[in-house]
Amino acid sequence: MQRVLALILLGICCSSGSEPVRAAPGDLRDLDQVMAMLAMRQHARVEFIEQQFLSVLSHPIESSGELRYDAPDRLEKRTLKPRAETLLLMGEVLTVERAGHRRVIDLHAYPQVLPFVESIRATLAGDRKALERLFRLDFTGSVSRWTLTLVPLESNIKQSVNQVRIDGAADQLLKVEIRQLDGDRSLMTLRPSVLP
Amino acid sequence: MNVRRIPVLVVWLGCVVLAVIVIARAHYSTDLSAFLPAHPTPTQQLLVDQLRDGPASRLILIAIEQGNAASRAPVSAGLVDRLRNDPEFSSVNNGETVAAQADREFLFQHRYLLSEAVNTQRFTAAGLNAAIRETIDNLASPEGLLFKSLLPRDPTGELMNIIDQLQRSSQPESRDGVWVSSDGARALAVAQTQASGSDTDAQSRAIDAIRAAFAAAAAESLQTAANSVQLRLSGPGVFAVAARAKIERAAVRLSIASSILVVTLLLFVYRSLPALGLGLLPVATGALVGIGAVALGFGAVHGITLGFGITLIGESVDYSIYFFVQSRQAQGDGAARSWQQSWWPTIRLGMLTSVCGFASLLPSGFSGLQQLGLYSISGLIAAALVTRHVLPALLPPGFTIRDVRPLGLRTGDVLQRVQDLSGSAILLCAAVLATLALAVLHHDRASLWNRELSALSPISAAEQDYDAKLRADLGAADVRDLVIVSGPDVETILRGAEQASRALHALADEKIIGGFESPAAYLPSLATQESRRSSLPSAAELRANLNKAVEGLPLRADRLQPFLEDVEATRHAALVTPRDLAGTSLAAGFDALVLHQKDQWNALLPLRSSAAGGKIDSSKVAAALQHDKVDARVLDLKQESDDLYDNYLAEAIRFSLAGFLALTVLLLIALRSPLRVARVLAPLVLAVLTVAAGLAIAGVQLTILHLVGMLLIVAVGSNYALFFDRQANSEEAGDAALTLAALVIANASTVICFGLLSFSQVPVLVALGATVAPGTFLALLFAAIGFGAVRSAHA
Repeated sequence: MQRVLALILLGICCSSGSEPVRAAPGDLRDLDQVMAMLAMRQHARVEFIEQQFLSVLSHPIESSGELRYDAPDRLEKRTLKPRAETLLLMGEVLTVERAGHRRVIDLHAYPQVLPFVESIRATLAGDRKALERLFRLDFTGSVSRWTLTLVPLESNIKQSVNQVRIDGAADQLLKVEIRQLDGDRSLMTLRPSVLP
Repeated sequence: MNVRRIPVLVVWLGCVVLAVIVIARAHYSTDLSAFLPAHPTPTQQLLVDQLRDGPASRLILIAIEQGNAASRAPVSAGLVDRLRNDPEFSSVNNGETVAAQADREFLFQHRYLLSEAVNTQRFTAAGLNAAIRETIDNLASPEGLLFKSLLPRDPTGELMNIIDQLQRSSQPESRDGVWVSSDGARALAVAQTQASGSDTDAQSRAIDAIRAAFAAAAAESLQTAANSVQLRLSGPGVFAVAARAKIERAAVRLSIASSILVVTLLLFVYRSLPALGLGLLPVATGALVGIGAVALGFGAVHGITLGFGITLIGESVDYSIYFFVQSRQAQGDGAARSWQQSWWPTIRLGMLTSVCGFASLLPSGFSGLQQLGLYSISGLIAAALVTRHVLPALLPPGFTIRDVRPLGLRTGDVLQRVQDLSGSAILLCAAVLATLALAVLHHDRASLWNRELSALSPISAAEQDYDAKLRADLGAADVRDLVIVSGPDVETILRGAEQASRALHALADEKIIGGFESPAAYLPSLATQESRRSSLPSAAELRANLNKAVEGLPLRADRLQPFLEDVEATRHAALVTPRDLAGTSLAAGFDALVLHQKDQWNALLPLRSSAAGGKIDSSKVAAALQHDKVDARVLDLKQESDDLYDNYLAEAIRFSLAGFLALTVLLLIALRSPLRVARVLAPLVLAVLTVAAGLAIAGVQLTILHLVGMLLIVAVGSNYALFFDRQANSEEAGDAALTLAALVIANASTVICFGLLSFSQVPVLVALGATVAPGTFLALLFAAIGFGAVRSAHA
């Protein structure tokens, strides 16, 4: 019944549009430098606080936990509050574990899920090529303080995500904002982990 | 030709024509009916029904291998796309998401009837508060985010609950949108045929359709690596088709090969085409009469019975050999008549002892053995009678074959060395051999017999392993363990399945079972649906509860108007019936677990073991069901079928011993001397013991077919021994060299026929061949030595 699940999940996304935010193009050499610095790092471990602004709810919901990255392609998002949940992205397979249930979602089959996770993983990996396969890249600012804006290229990704905006300083990610097509958005704030 | 013979020929021709008519109109089955007990218990009936028509019997597991992952996925998609509308299949699935639109609408529309979370507590203020709080928490995850648009209609998250319910069965992994094995090395799909697994013709058509679709999909694929992609199929239907092909191929090829060899041998011996033609008449008549008798006696002839046609060549060709060789002793027109007087009684006695042996198969509960018994008995009697009455009538005047006496003399020379031994030395050797054989058999007594039905399967262990691997990857229950709920209608069995499910959930929590499937997971009983529907509060009450529930939550009650409307609609909606499942993929899942037979309905709840390859303790399952007073049966299919086979085997051993006893009594009556009977039987018993010990030493476990082989050793060997006995005890003994020659030729043809069987790929035929070929040879050798035939050959 997994197919039923994934289908139902994805068939449900409704859509309404808003214009992507345009930023002034920055120096592409700076982008390459930031990417090179990110690519140097084999592991990353940060805490996150995520706020989701959903039109259906009267105020935002907040979740927090830890984000771990291991080169080349392993990204783990462990949410601790309000409910424990683990999201593991390995290669092209996303595994979601919550309340004893484990679900495996193949990203090839469900590209709509891709921008939510690949934007973060490819940036952490410093993999510009991987980013450019999915998104149009806009880089503003400088190496010490930069903003990378990702706009989906393919129509099946556009259905879910309008744009992803990542703020960073050198090889640290500070903020990830994902704007969805229906106007809902999420904002993830990152800081170095103090968790054991 | 003698005019007085004409009535004999007319009778014979009449019988042959009759047999041909019966055979032409007979029904031939290749299904498992040969294994159906004559008087099955309800459990055995269920077992056979499962093996024959159960959902598991209709599965074809499809694996696409080689090439690379990128080339396998589109071929898998193309293959399934082509088969989806093929009427041969009730469902074809490779994990692609095609039918899901209908599934989604169905589940969402009926969510308040289908969700197990719906009860009277669910829609109180507190219940709503808890459910909505959980739904909002879920929204924090990307997965939950995808549900957000449904929140106004489904704030309690019932759709997610139903999906979790349905998800309890384990699922294959997916790559590139299609199912793959856990190591990713092959793309997987499952087809369920419309026809039952026992309909081998339909299974064969389905397999051809899959192969054709695969070839077209591979050819169409733009991936260059698609050319190297391979298709591999598995499953009960595939096995049945392969087994049938193997048995047919083996039976046809081996029958042709042994016919050619025997014909060559006879031609070499007789040096006469008419003799050859006449010599094959008893064999052909015996085969026709045998099949005809089975068709008349059983209504349907099992394919495997035909496969044993070859066994009849082995013994019935002997009769004509004896006739030609022995009647040569008296020259001229009187030859046949003198043969009838002097030799026929011995052959008749040999034939009757064989009949005694095979008669022991008739009372077997295993209809395959019953057929084999009837086939052999009627075939042997027909062959013997044709030899006795028809051959002499057809014999051209002055007919004679080449003198084979030199063969007998040469054989005598070869055996000369034994001549030097004294009688007591021979007896001692025989005793030592028998003791050794008995010691070996005693030592291996625990593992002597293979008690598993799979021992008879023509499917190799490698193929069975591969099947198990595919099943593990697909999460397809191998349907070894089943809980079965029976009742007069669908509603009754669904209620029973729900009761059983509660007990089984507890067992799954205790890890006694890994999980289970149930038709009630796809469609709850009307009673359950009714209780859920009646637990839905009125619109006014629900609104009041909801207003209270959302206090302190980031959700305003007025956004949930669609929820109020949907609940109210469900309160007045009809309950869901099996017919409503049509058009969804749930229908296939439900239909696979519900069997309708005559006026009885069965719900099947296949169990999964908690560890891969683990064994379920079915007694614990039965105890748990009994404790909860669930009226259900637990069926361990493998255990049941092994028990069934074990019963057949034990019974066949008992009946064979009884047959041996009957044969001894028959010989006592005919020979009127216990000593003579002992001398006739001793070489046969010794041959059987030696062969059995030899097989045990070679590490072969004996099956029911080895037992049939031993019967054949006694049946064929008794002829040899009786000729030697006649030689030793009759005044008009005739030419000993000729007798020896006839026996050597007869034995050579038998060894050729059965020796060839042991080269076959079909275990049942190998078992027969490996027993009978050495066994009959040893029987002849032991009899020759025992009766001192060596000496009299030169007398």
